[in-house]
Amino acid sequence: MIGRRGWIGLGTVMALLALWFLLTTLTGLVTGARFPSPAEFWLSLTQISGRGYAGGQLFSHALHSLKLVIMGFTVAIATGVPLGLWMGWNRKVEAAINPVFLVIRPIPPLAWIPLAILWLGLGDAAKIMVIWFSAFVPSVINTFAGVRNIDRPMIEAASMLGTPRWRMVTEVIAPAASPLIFTGLRLSLQASWTTLVAAELVGALVGVGFVLNMAQQDIYPGMILVGMVTVGILGWATTLVLSAAERRALAWNIAARD
Amino acid sequence: MNSAPLTFRETIAWGILGVVVFLGIWTLLSAFGIVPRQFLPTPLDVATRFVTLLTSPFAGATLPQHLASSFQRYAYGVLLAAIIGVPLGLLMGWFRLLDDIVTPIFDGLRFIAPIAWVPFAALWFGTGIGGPIMIIFAGAFPPCLINAYRGARFVEPRLIEAARMLGTSNTRTIMEILLPAAVPSIVAGLRVSAGLGWQSLVGAELIVAAAGVGFMMVQAQGNVQTATVMTGMVAIGIVGMLIDILLRQGESWLRRRRGLEA
Repeated sequence: MIGRRGWIGLGTVMALLALWFLLTTLTGLVTGARFPSPAEFWLSLTQISGRGYAGGQLFSHALHSLKLVIMGFTVAIATGVPLGLWMGWNRKVEAAINPVFLVIRPIPPLAWIPLAILWLGLGDAAKIMVIWFSAFVPSVINTFAGVRNIDRPMIEAASMLGTPRWRMVTEVIAPAASPLIFTGLRLSLQASWTTLVAAELVGALVGVGFVLNMAQQDIYPGMILVGMVTVGILGWATTLVLSAAERRALAWNIAARD
Repeated sequence: MNSAPLTFRETIAWGILGVVVFLGIWTLLSAFGIVPRQFLPTPLDVATRFVTLLTSPFAGATLPQHLASSFQRYAYGVLLAAIIGVPLGLLMGWFRLLDDIVTPIFDGLRFIAPIAWVPFAALWFGTGIGGPIMIIFAGAFPPCLINAYRGARFVEPRLIEAARMLGTSNTRTIMEILLPAAVPSIVAGLRVSAGLGWQSLVGAELIVAAAGVGFMMVQAQGNVQTATVMTGMVAIGIVGMLIDILLRQGESWLRRRRGLEA
C-alpha cells in the first residue's frame, strides 16, 4: 500500500524524531533552554490541556483562534468574491476601484495590526478586521481574474438565449469563474492564519498566538513548541476542509480532477 | 464583459472618480469628527506627518533611518532564503531520494505560519538582527524552494535524455541544463519570496525589534499617534511596491536577454 516514497517519508520522520531525542535527551547537545526535549514537550502539552496556560486550556485557545479565523475569512469572502465578480463584469467598476486597490494592495496585511489595535483595542473585533483585510485582497483579485478568463462565446451564448442578469451571474459567471475563485480562497485562508497569529502575538488576551507570546515571555520552549504544533494542525485542518469543499463544488470540472 | 473595453480617457476618468470618492469619504469622516481625528487623521494630516518624519526622529530615528535598518534585515533574510532555497530545490528536482526525504519535512512545516516562528527566533537569535532575519527567512524560503524544484522537475525530458546519452556528468547536467531551464521559474519564485519576506519583516518588527518601521509603528500605536502609524503603512507600501517593480523589471530584462539568445 505504501510506495517507495511513503517508506522514505516515514523513515525521514522517524529519523528526525530519533535525532530530536538523541540531541536533547541522550547527549544533551541541545539544552532545554534552546529547544525542548520530547519529555518537556509532553509535559507542556499535558499542562496546557489539563491545568491550562495563559488563562485557559489548549482546546479553548485553539477554538477561540479557529472561531476568529472562520469569522474573518467568512466576512472577507462574503465581501471580496462579490466585489471581484462585479469588477470582472463591469469595466467601469473595475476602472474606478483599480487605482484605490493599487494604493492599498502593497501594504502588507500585518501592517494593519497597529491601526486595528488603535481603532478596536485588543479584543476580537480588531482581529477580525485584520483578517478581513488580509483575506479580502486575494479573494477579490482571483475572482476578478476568474471572471475575465471566461470564454466570451459562453457568455454570448447565454445572453443570446435571453438569460436574465441575475441568473447570468449565479449560473454562468460564478460557476465558470469558480476554479480561480477557489484558488483565491485558499490564499485567503493562508493569509487569515498568518495575520491572526501575528495579531495575537502583538496583543491578545486569549488564543494560540497569545499562548506563543506568553511562552516567549516566560522563556518556556516546551510551550512554544506546543503553540507552533497547534498552529500547524489548525492550518492543516482548515485547508483540508476547504479542499473538500472545492472538490465538491468543482465536481463538474474535469480539469480540477487529478 | 457586458460592454466594450473602455477608452483610455474613460479609464482615467473612472479611476480618478474612484480615488476621489475614497479620499473624500476618508476626509469627510475625520474632518467632520464622525470618527475622532486622533484615531482617523485626514489624508492631509498623514501626508504632513510623512514629510515631518523624513527629517525629525520618532522612536529614536527618522523614517529613512528606520527604513534603512528594516531593509538591511530584509535583504539578509531574503538572500539567505535564496542561497539555501534555490540550490536545495534544484537538487530535489534532480535527485529523487533527496526529494523523498525533504518533502515530508517541508509538508509538515508548511502549515505553520512563518510568524509563529517568532518566539523561537527570539530565543535562538535574539531580537536584534538575527531573530527578524530568521522570520524573514521562514517567510521567503518556501517559494524559493518550490519554484526551483518545479523548474528543475519539469524540464523537457528530451534535453536530459540527450545529455545523459552523451554521457554528461551529474554536476554538468545540473549546471548547464537544469539550472538554465529552471531560471524563469526560479525568478518567479524569487519575486513571490521578496513579497512574502517583506510582509514577514513587518510582522517580525511589530513583535520583536528595537528599530525599523514596524517598531516605529508599534511605538506610535502605544502613543496613540495614528498619523505616524499610517505614515509607517504608507512607507512600507511604497518600499514593497518598489521592490516588486524592480524585480519585475529584472524578470522582463532576463526574458528579453534569453529571447535574444534563443
